[in-house]
Amino acid sequence: MLGLLKRDLALAVRAGGGFGLSLAFFLIFATLVPFGVGPQTQVLQTIAPGILWLGALLACLLSLDRIFQLDWEDGTLDLLATAPVPLEGVAAMKALSHWITTGLPLVLAAPVLGLLLNLPLPAYPWLVASLALGTPALSAIGTFGAALTVGIKRGGLLLSLLVLPLYVPTLIFGALAVIRGAEGQDATTPLILLAGITLGALAILPFAAAAALRINLR
Amino acid sequence: MASLWEYANPRKFMTVSAAILPWVWGLAAVCLVGGLVWGFFFTPDDFRQGSTVKIIYVHVPSAIMAVNAWFMMLVTSLIWLIRRHHVSALAAKAAAPVGMVFTLIALATGAIWGQPMWGTWWEWDPRLTSFLILFLFYLGYMALWEAVDNPDAAADLTSVLCLVGSVFAVISRYALVFWNQGLHQGATLSLDAEQNIADVFWYPLITALAGFGFLFLALVLYRTRTEIRARRLKALIAQERMA
Repeated sequence: MLGLLKRDLALAVRAGGGFGLSLAFFLIFATLVPFGVGPQTQVLQTIAPGILWLGALLACLLSLDRIFQLDWEDGTLDLLATAPVPLEGVAAMKALSHWITTGLPLVLAAPVLGLLLNLPLPAYPWLVASLALGTPALSAIGTFGAALTVGIKRGGLLLSLLVLPLYVPTLIFGALAVIRGAEGQDATTPLILLAGITLGALAILPFAAAAALRINLR
Repeated sequence: MASLWEYANPRKFMTVSAAILPWVWGLAAVCLVGGLVWGFFFTPDDFRQGSTVKIIYVHVPSAIMAVNAWFMMLVTSLIWLIRRHHVSALAAKAAAPVGMVFTLIALATGAIWGQPMWGTWWEWDPRLTSFLILFLFYLGYMALWEAVDNPDAAADLTSVLCLVGSVFAVISRYALVFWNQGLHQGATLSLDAEQNIADVFWYPLITALAGFGFLFLALVLYRTRTEIRARRLKALIAQERMA
């Protein structure tokens, strides 16, 4: 399983893997927002938490179809399914490698973009904490969605339609934690609920993703 | 009476559903017409809301059926995943558009009711928002059915989506309560309340609710029969090609 993780990471980092793409998307998204709503710092300050969370979510979403698509096309997925590694483990490792290549850079880049959007100072720790706790859930849910749609040609739009409603609770609690932090309040409660969703998603969804993969590989 | 699972046999299902379908249609028509006419014309106006309160006879039953339709899809999906009865999977497929339309009716009547009462067509209230999300779940579920070619794989994938979606729908419902204060009133009907609303409103409402329930049952049976026929037709065409 560790070998699989290493392989996925190497494939992502090397040429054509699209490692920095979601990060660049996040940057462009945050840059475009002031063009859309105007440069008033007051406005930007109020919407910054939501914008940053939405940007992270969309950046995650756009990289989802890469999780299984290439392995499906060249037959690696069939080999993985017949390998001694349980398919649940494969799904979990895929989610983990997706998180390392997209979620983690987003967490690290978010404070800089918060600066651009004039995020209030007390919100920064909550922003980093909520993204660090929430993006694993995004990756796990996304892996499930990617497993559902792996056999479908041009399934990208369908994937978004399936995955975005599932992202609702994560987004609510994640953005709420940052909003409360920006208002100088204590944001522990939404953060704990967010962590609960992440843990639940990590516990359940690899099994659901593996079930979907088995159906698709039949 | 051997067992409930006998009716999972498509042939048996077709016979039984053909026999009861006219009765279900009839009950649906009687209850709907009766309940709605009674509610619209023979109940007093509410002392605060005036005659706008009468939209309740459409709004509440359709909202209840919208949620119950998803619940029925959850149960039939589980039956499909566990016992592999094709009728069950097709019933889930047949129920999705019906449930989606009920969700839309609940949203639309809610907007029409909300405009004079709250002064707004739409409000980001937990109840309203969760219905919008339920609508999106229905859309995704139906889109997945359409997208997968192999019927068995489609049934399997949509069933898995229905299970996971149910969990997330419930979480979303409570996350939304946490997210924003509501404008919507509490539940109109609940099983543990002594008296939900005054009897003059209660009896027509219950009749309309029964009407919506029978209507749902009739539509699902009808659509399931269509799906079974479509499946048979496909098999016949495939046979022709082989021969």
